[in-house]
Amino acid sequence: MADDVWQVAVFTLTMAVVATLVMLPPGIVLAWLFARHRFRGFTALETLVMLPLVIPPVATGLILLRLFGRRGLFGRVAESVGLEVIFTWKAVILAMAVMGLPLLVRAARGAFEQVDRRYEQIAASLGAGPLRIFFTVSLPMAGRGVLAGVLLAFSRAVGEFGATMMLAGNMPGSTRTIASGIYFYTEVGNDAAATSLMLASIVIAFGSLWFSNRLARP
Amino acid sequence: MSFSLTLEFTLQQGEFSVEIDERIEADAIALYGPSGAGKTTVLEAVAGLRQPERGRIAVGDRTLFGSDNGVDVPARHRCIGYVPQEVALFPHMNVRQNVTYGAHGAPMEDLARVLAVLDLEPLVERRVEQLSGGEQKRTAIARALMAGSRMLLLDEPLSALDVALQRRVMQYLVRVHDEFNIPMLYVSHRADEVLMLTDWVVQLDNGCVMASGPSKDILPRV
Repeated sequence: MADDVWQVAVFTLTMAVVATLVMLPPGIVLAWLFARHRFRGFTALETLVMLPLVIPPVATGLILLRLFGRRGLFGRVAESVGLEVIFTWKAVILAMAVMGLPLLVRAARGAFEQVDRRYEQIAASLGAGPLRIFFTVSLPMAGRGVLAGVLLAFSRAVGEFGATMMLAGNMPGSTRTIASGIYFYTEVGNDAAATSLMLASIVIAFGSLWFSNRLARP
Repeated sequence: MSFSLTLEFTLQQGEFSVEIDERIEADAIALYGPSGAGKTTVLEAVAGLRQPERGRIAVGDRTLFGSDNGVDVPARHRCIGYVPQEVALFPHMNVRQNVTYGAHGAPMEDLARVLAVLDLEPLVERRVEQLSGGEQKRTAIARALMAGSRMLLLDEPLSALDVALQRRVMQYLVRVHDEFNIPMLYVSHRADEVLMLTDWVVQLDNGCVMASGPSKDILPRV
């Protein structure tokens, strides 16, 4: 594998791992909320979180661009603290995290719903507070399903293209990922590099999906 | 050790409702009646897992629920050890981890005593799925005792056990009662269990109290 192809693969994997870590806390909290609570605005929040699954990824990218651009709501805040997001590696992570989050939430929610509430009630009767119940009963018992969701979200992050292109571009060495690399190398007629990246993406996706499916099995 | 229990409440559960109005002074109290009588519902209300519509639940002079003064002590602060019918041991923990889950830094001697009384020492490192039905029941009782409980709620602890195991677990329950001197509220549909373990019985049917009094007077001799 050529050096630049190798660099793109390693960069994509690193960004996908960081994006997965970034989406983990909000993903698990949202999954648990959706599984265990009904509140005002529940359906609206649920729909909002799942939206990236159904709208074109480039549309999600455009929304993020508007939000994190210089004149965007979060862009201005980021700029005021000297943080540059758009067209940097941070934008790659952001795009990957937003696109992977719905898959994590969906799988983890199913896993939390499978945990019999009885165990949480018993833990409460033994003196445990909500946080302790979550970390010692709900999360470990939903662990396999949550991990399956994490792997699914990671796979999605590795394969992310549309939102990343909109938000981070395709700059060699700083924002080029496997997906944008395949697109670029095909465009410029470098079939060997495009094929190498395609094979790398298949191996990574197959491995993580295989683990995810195994974990999701009861 | 005699204790007083106030159960004066109405609890609606879908179409089914439980109405109870009892103040009892006893050593161990049984909720006795057929399946669907509302026994477990009463137990869960005492444990804080179900909220009555109105009324009062108190152990001694400690009000756990009182609709008049807006008291509803959360389950985790009630200090009541609950052993549900299906046991519900945490499947991802071993026996020791289950038993000490609610122990909150209780002295090691307490753990040793509970494990000894219930003959659980050889099993402490076993995982839940490696336990027999009787061992699971004993572990659940130990877990409830270790949570610093001031009262023990036992929901059909002999159900789903064969006759030989029922006899063994019954012996353990008698031992727990004698050794720890802890008030008990015991749910059963079997008169022999109730007569052996409790001195007061509240007979329930279809959510209503049919009779209440000393066990030996209410229940026919078995």
